[in-house]
Amino acid sequence: SKKCYKLLHHFFFHRVLLKAMKAAVLIQRWYRQYAARMEVRRRYTWNIFQSMEYADLQDQIKLYNFLGYLMDNFTPSSTERNLISHIFRENEVCRDAEWERYFSYNNITVPDIYSGPRLTFPLDMDQAAHLVEAFKNKQQLHSRYVLQLLLETWKLLRVLPNINRVSTCHSKEITICGDLHGQLEDLLLIFYKNGMPSLEKPYVFNGDYVDRGKDSIEILLILFAFLLVFPGDVYLNRGNHEDHIINLRYGFTKEVLNKYKLHGKRILKLLQKIFSWLPLVTVIDQRVLIVHGGISDTTDLALIARVDRHRYVSALRPPKKKTPSRTNVYADSERYDEMIICKNRRGSLTFPKPFGARESFQRRSLQDFSSTVARTLGEEFEVRRRQAEFSLSSFSKSHRILSSALSSDSEPESSEFTDTGNDEWKQILDLLWSDPMSHDGCIPNEVRGGGCYWGPDVTEGFLNRHNLQLIIRSHECKQDGYEFCHNRKVLTLFSASNYYEVGSNRGAFVRLGPDLVPYFVQYQATSMTRGLSFPQNVKRTEHTALKVLREQLFVHKSDLLSAFQEIDKENTGLICLNDWASAIERVLHLDLPWRVLHPQLVSSTTDGKLDYHGWFRDLALKKPSSEHIEQTMLETLYRHRSTLETIFRIVDTDNSGLITFEDFRQTLKLLSAYLKMEISDEVINELVISTDTNNDGSIDIDEFMEAFRLVDKSRLERGKSLLKPATDTFLSIHTLIELAFGFFFFFFFLKKHSFKFSLFLELKQQ
Amino acid sequence: MADKYSADTIITETQKRISNAFDVFDHESNKTVDVREIGTIIRSLGCFPSEADLHDIIAELEEEEPTGFVRYEKFLPTMTKILLERKFRPITEDLLLQAFEVLDQQKKGHLEPEELTKYLTQEGEPFTQEEMDEMLSAAVDPDKNVILYKDFFH
Repeated sequence: SKKCYKLLHHFFFHRVLLKAMKAAVLIQRWYRQYAARMEVRRRYTWNIFQSMEYADLQDQIKLYNFLGYLMDNFTPSSTERNLISHIFRENEVCRDAEWERYFSYNNITVPDIYSGPRLTFPLDMDQAAHLVEAFKNKQQLHSRYVLQLLLETWKLLRVLPNINRVSTCHSKEITICGDLHGQLEDLLLIFYKNGMPSLEKPYVFNGDYVDRGKDSIEILLILFAFLLVFPGDVYLNRGNHEDHIINLRYGFTKEVLNKYKLHGKRILKLLQKIFSWLPLVTVIDQRVLIVHGGISDTTDLALIARVDRHRYVSALRPPKKKTPSRTNVYADSERYDEMIICKNRRGSLTFPKPFGARESFQRRSLQDFSSTVARTLGEEFEVRRRQAEFSLSSFSKSHRILSSALSSDSEPESSEFTDTGNDEWKQILDLLWSDPMSHDGCIPNEVRGGGCYWGPDVTEGFLNRHNLQLIIRSHECKQDGYEFCHNRKVLTLFSASNYYEVGSNRGAFVRLGPDLVPYFVQYQATSMTRGLSFPQNVKRTEHTALKVLREQLFVHKSDLLSAFQEIDKENTGLICLNDWASAIERVLHLDLPWRVLHPQLVSSTTDGKLDYHGWFRDLALKKPSSEHIEQTMLETLYRHRSTLETIFRIVDTDNSGLITFEDFRQTLKLLSAYLKMEISDEVINELVISTDTNNDGSIDIDEFMEAFRLVDKSRLERGKSLLKPATDTFLSIHTLIELAFGFFFFFFFLKKHSFKFSLFLELKQQ
Repeated sequence: MADKYSADTIITETQKRISNAFDVFDHESNKTVDVREIGTIIRSLGCFPSEADLHDIIAELEEEEPTGFVRYEKFLPTMTKILLERKFRPITEDLLLQAFEVLDQQKKGHLEPEELTKYLTQEGEPFTQEEMDEMLSAAVDPDKNVILYKDFFH
C-alpha cells in the first residue's frame, strides 16, 4: 500500500503540476493578446502623428510654391506682391561693416533690476554654466547680452570650415546629440546625465535646435556659449530648421518676438545670417559622418568642402547666381524683375488671370521652386532646361510654354555660367533634408519637398567612396530615441523626447570612443511619465493623437457630409462602417488604418450603422465671437490656420506681431486665391470687427489665431489627466525638491487610477 | 441568394479588417511586414493563439528562403481562413479566473508578484523578462504590492 500511496501521490502531484502549467499557458496567451492590442494602439498613434506632421510639411511647401507663383505672375508694383516679395529678397545688410553695426549692443542699457546673467566677454566655463542654471530657473537673458553673444558667435562661425573634423585621440569620448527642437528640458537632462561640454567632454550637436518647442532661443544661447568657451570641443551642424523661412511657420520667430519685444526683430535678422554660417557636417576620425538629414547618390564631400555655405540662407530661397560679367545685375531689383518675360501672364488679385491647374504649382518641390526667383532671361531658360532633365515630377504645360517662349524671344547670352550654383544648392538640400528608405535607389523626397530618399546601396557606395564606416543623422523622430538601418551603417539619433506628446517617445544621445562603437543613453524628459506604465503611456499619447485626428475630421465636416450623403441616397442618416471608412479615406487623404481606428472615433453604432449627423454634433468648434460667419467658412479658415498664420507673419514685415486692417484684408485675399475659393468682403469685414480688440486699427496676429481653437465636446474625451497642472509650475517645483514631489505625484496618481483598472476594462471589452 | 450576399459581405468585411491591421505594420508601404510582427497582427484581430500556434502559422507564411518578411498575398488567405473558421477563440472570464485560482495554491485570494513571476517565466510558454515587467506594472496593486486577480473580474 506504500507503493499505492506513492503512486497516488505522484499522480496527484503530477496532475497539479499539469494544471499549473495549463493555467500558466492560459494566462500567457491572454496577456500576450492584451499586449498586442496595446502595441497596435501605440503604433497607429504614431502613424497619426507622423502623417499629420507630413501633411503639415506639405502644406508649407504648397504655400511657398503658391507665393513663388505669385512672384512670377504679378506685376512688380502690385500690393500683393509687395506684401510678400521681401522674403525673397536677399538680406540687404551684407557687408561686414554694416553687420558689425547691426550687432551693436552698446547703446542698450541693462536696468539694475535685471537679475539675469550679466555676461562679460570672452566667456568662460563658469559663465556658461551660470547661463544654463539661469535658464533652468526660467530667467531670460537680456537682449544686450543676446546680441553680444550672437556677435561673438558669428565672428567664430565665419572662420569655421564647412566640414568639422574631430578626433577621438587622447581617449576622448565624443557625445553626439540629435534634434532638440526647443525642448530645453531635454538638453538639461542630457547635461545632467552626461556632464556639460568641456575639454574632456566634447560634443557634436546635429541640428534642429529650434522650432516647435518653447525654449528654442535658450537652447541656441547655451550651445553658442559653449561653442565660444570650447571652440575645439563643441561642434554644431546645421539642421533644416536653422532657416528663417521655416521658422516663420514652426514657432521660432514667434517665440523670439514674444520674448524680446523690443529687439526681437534684430535678433532674428542676425540669426538668419548665423544659421547660414553654421557648418554643414562633422566627420569623426575620418570614419564617421555626422549630418542632420542624410545623403544622396550625388553627395560629394570634396564639393561640400568648397561651397560658400553662407550664401544658402534658406532652403526656400536659393541664392542668386553670380556670373563673372554680371556683378551689378542684382543691384536694381525692380528693373531686374522686368527682365522676366511673363507679360502674357501678368495679373493681380484685382484682375485675376486664370492660374492654370493647381497641380502645376503644388507638385513642385523646393528644387523646382528655384525657378521662381527673379533671374535674367538666359539664366531662367538655362535653369528650366536643366531642371526638366533631372526632375522626376512632370512640369506643367505652362512652364514648357514659358521655356519655349523664352527660347524664341531671348537673345543668346554671351556670358558663360555654370551649373555650380544649382548643384551646390542641391548638395546642401540633400544633406539637410534627406531620409533613408529601405529599398535601393535614390528618389526625390516628395513628402518633405526637398532632399531625397536614399537606399542601402547609396549608403554603401557613399561610405566606400569616402572611406567612411558609419553615418549618424537625425531629422526623424524615433520611438526609442535612436534606430539603425541600412545594415547598421546608418544611425538615426533623435534627442527630443515626448516629441509628439508626453510619453510618445524617448530621446537619446550617443557616445563614441576611439573604438567608434556607439554607446547609447536613452531618456524621457518629463517626470510626469515616471511611474506611468506602458499602457498608461500608450493611452495618453493615443488620446492626444485622436484629439488631433478629430480636429481634422471636424475641419472636413462639409466635405464628409457630402460624401456621406452621396452614399446614403435614401437619406436615412445612417451609414455603415465600411462606407464611413471609405468616405473618410477619400476626403482626408490621410493614409491611416481607419477601420482599426473606428472604435476610437465613433462612440456608438446601431446595428453596425453610424448616425452621422449625431456624430458630427460631437465635433464642435469654439466659435470666434462672430456668429454670422457661416460654418464652411469657419471650417476653411480653421483648416488652413497654419497657412494663414504663416502668411500673416510674412506680411508682418517689421515683425511687430501686428498688421494693419488693410494688410489683413490683403492676406485673406491671398488666402482665397490660394484656396481658389471666395472669401467675400463681408466675411473679411466681419472677421476684422470681431478680432480687433485693440480698437487701434491693427490686428494682433496671436489674438486672431487664438480664436481658432477646437473645443472638444466628444464623449470620447473622458476626464482630464490629473497630471495636467501648468507644466511650468510643476517643473519649477520639480527643480527645487525633485524626488519628493516626484514621489508625491506618483502615489497621488496611482491612488486615483489603479493600474488594474485598465486590465479590467480590457477584459470587459473581450 | 440573400445568404450568398451576406456571406460575400462578411468575407469582404473580414478582408478589409485584415488589410487595415496589416497596413499598421507595413512601414514601407510595400505590402510586407516583418515576420516578428505577425503575432501582434493576428492578435490585434481578436485571436488568442499560443506561441506554438504562431510558430506553425509563421512556418506556413514564410517564403521558401526566409527573408524575414511576410507578404500580404500570403497573409491574406491564411488570416481569412483563421477568422472565418473562428480559430483561437477568446478565453472566457471563467476560465481565466480559474487559471489564476489554480496558481493561487494557498487560496489567499491574491498572488504575490514573485509567485506569478515564477509561474509565468518558468512554466507554459515562458515570458521574457520584459513581458513579465510590463505585466507586473499593469497588474500589481501599488498599495498592497500583490496581484488582486479577483478584481479583474466582476
